[in-house]
Amino acid sequence: MTLTISDVKRIADLAYIEIDDREAQETLQQLTGIFTLIESMQAVDTASVEPMSHAQSVTQRLRDDAVTETVDRALYQSIAPQVEAGLYLVPQVIE
Amino acid sequence: MFNTSLKQLSTQLAEKKISSIELTTEFLKRIKQSNPEYNAFVTVNEDISLAQAKAADQMIAAGNAQPLTGIPIAQKDIFCAKGWLTTCGSKMLANFVSPYDAGVIERFNQAGAVNIGKTNMDEFAMGSSNETSYYGIVKNPWDTAAVPGGSSGGAACAVAARLAPAATGTDTGGSIRQPAALCGISGIKPTYGLVSRYGMIAFASSLDQGGPMAKSAEDLALLLNVMVGFDPRDSTSLQREAEDYARDLEKPLAGLRIGLPKEYFAEGMSSDVARAIEAALNEYRKLGAQTVDVSLPNASLSIPVYYVLAPAEASSNLSRFDGVRYGHRAASYTDLADMYRKSRAQGFGAEVKRRILIGTYVLSHGYYDAYYLKAQKLRRLIAQDFAQAYEQCDVIMGPTTPTVAFNLGEKSGDPIQMYLSDIYTSAANLTGMPAMSIPIGFGDKNRPIGLHIIGNYFKEAQMLNVAHQYQQVTDWHLRSPV
Repeated sequence: MTLTISDVKRIADLAYIEIDDREAQETLQQLTGIFTLIESMQAVDTASVEPMSHAQSVTQRLRDDAVTETVDRALYQSIAPQVEAGLYLVPQVIE
Repeated sequence: MFNTSLKQLSTQLAEKKISSIELTTEFLKRIKQSNPEYNAFVTVNEDISLAQAKAADQMIAAGNAQPLTGIPIAQKDIFCAKGWLTTCGSKMLANFVSPYDAGVIERFNQAGAVNIGKTNMDEFAMGSSNETSYYGIVKNPWDTAAVPGGSSGGAACAVAARLAPAATGTDTGGSIRQPAALCGISGIKPTYGLVSRYGMIAFASSLDQGGPMAKSAEDLALLLNVMVGFDPRDSTSLQREAEDYARDLEKPLAGLRIGLPKEYFAEGMSSDVARAIEAALNEYRKLGAQTVDVSLPNASLSIPVYYVLAPAEASSNLSRFDGVRYGHRAASYTDLADMYRKSRAQGFGAEVKRRILIGTYVLSHGYYDAYYLKAQKLRRLIAQDFAQAYEQCDVIMGPTTPTVAFNLGEKSGDPIQMYLSDIYTSAANLTGMPAMSIPIGFGDKNRPIGLHIIGNYFKEAQMLNVAHQYQQVTDWHLRSPV
């Protein structure tokens, strides 16, 4: 597997992280090294192995469909970058 | 006072030989004196700490004291604490005053403990040297040219330099054990699911686990008694009978079988670490334990597997930091997408971005099977190796780290070398098993060395017994750089 500069830019785009050409070049070099390390996984045959997604094999708990907490909007919005009339302000999305 | 064990502090508080106000004031004074040099704390809030101390003194006076009532605890800045700046070591959360308490913080508050301050850490717990923190590097109190380890570097430094009697940490790939080893203190990552992750800022949810860091195994047991417990707000929290983690501390070790994985004693371990491990194992043999050779054939895969799974989970968890409801927002932007991109580019440091990019890539279309699924399959093989090893032994031992603490700046430009400092520790996160580190001596440049003790699921009490018995016949855990 060979990563290219356009791969790095595409991933950064998917991750919503702005990246300039110099950073992309540096990142390409570092990721190439890291993926060389990661590639050692491919040497092991895992065809018959079940994936393990979690440390404990427990089933998801269900809870009663009941109100358990209330939201203190004023408190939660006190740390927001920009609010108005109880709403979070973001740049215009719809033209 | 600052070298006293938690049990002794608790007795002195109960007998009114000292008040929590006095104790808290003393540690606040020590922090004020030493923090400019060590940078172990990001935030200290004397008003809140002293108010908690006053309340603790009232609890004690009213006869309602619990074992940790009135004792100051340093909280890693990854735990949300109401009214406290909670930064997770990041510029992204530089202005985030938490509106609620994490499960762990709630439990300490209920126990009447005092929050003595929020400790420095690698940004979003991603790092092994505490050099990725937006709030600056932390120094190793044994040698200020050395890293303290990470990501719980501030916590390890605070305990080692006696700026707090004990601290909390979190461990996703070794972040409690590696800094504990490098700073010459004790630390345990419990079985996954025992300590609530509610309000503990998520890095890799299937690997993250909070735990205590302290001077001794006995202190760790008292701290675990407070930290462990079911929390319905954490969907992976385990519902189990409460246990006293101090119950087996005094048991003799005769007949204990210590597994020594040959893969952990192979190339890579420095000679000073090897010598200290051998000396520690000899102490255990004198205590009546026997050592058995075991094998973990897939041990070398734990770092590659970890660096697929942890970044994958991180890329998902950190998508919540978008500059909308809290955290950093770029000052100027063109549209919503540009605001996301600029806020995240400015708010996250280089290592965090690197891991988000790795994670995004391994989860992206066409690569999921080759990386993420493959890593999950190997995760099972690694877990199976441990299950087989535990058929022959009770605990597994080896070095916590391949070398003593490295120099500040030595690995910060080389991510792969940095990642390899977790070579012995990350398997316990992948499997979910409990693991701890205790100090066992000093190596190159007189820097501390840690012994790694890995237990089977839910065997914390036994591991603490194993560590405590060693600490009864040695005094490494009593040494301090101050």
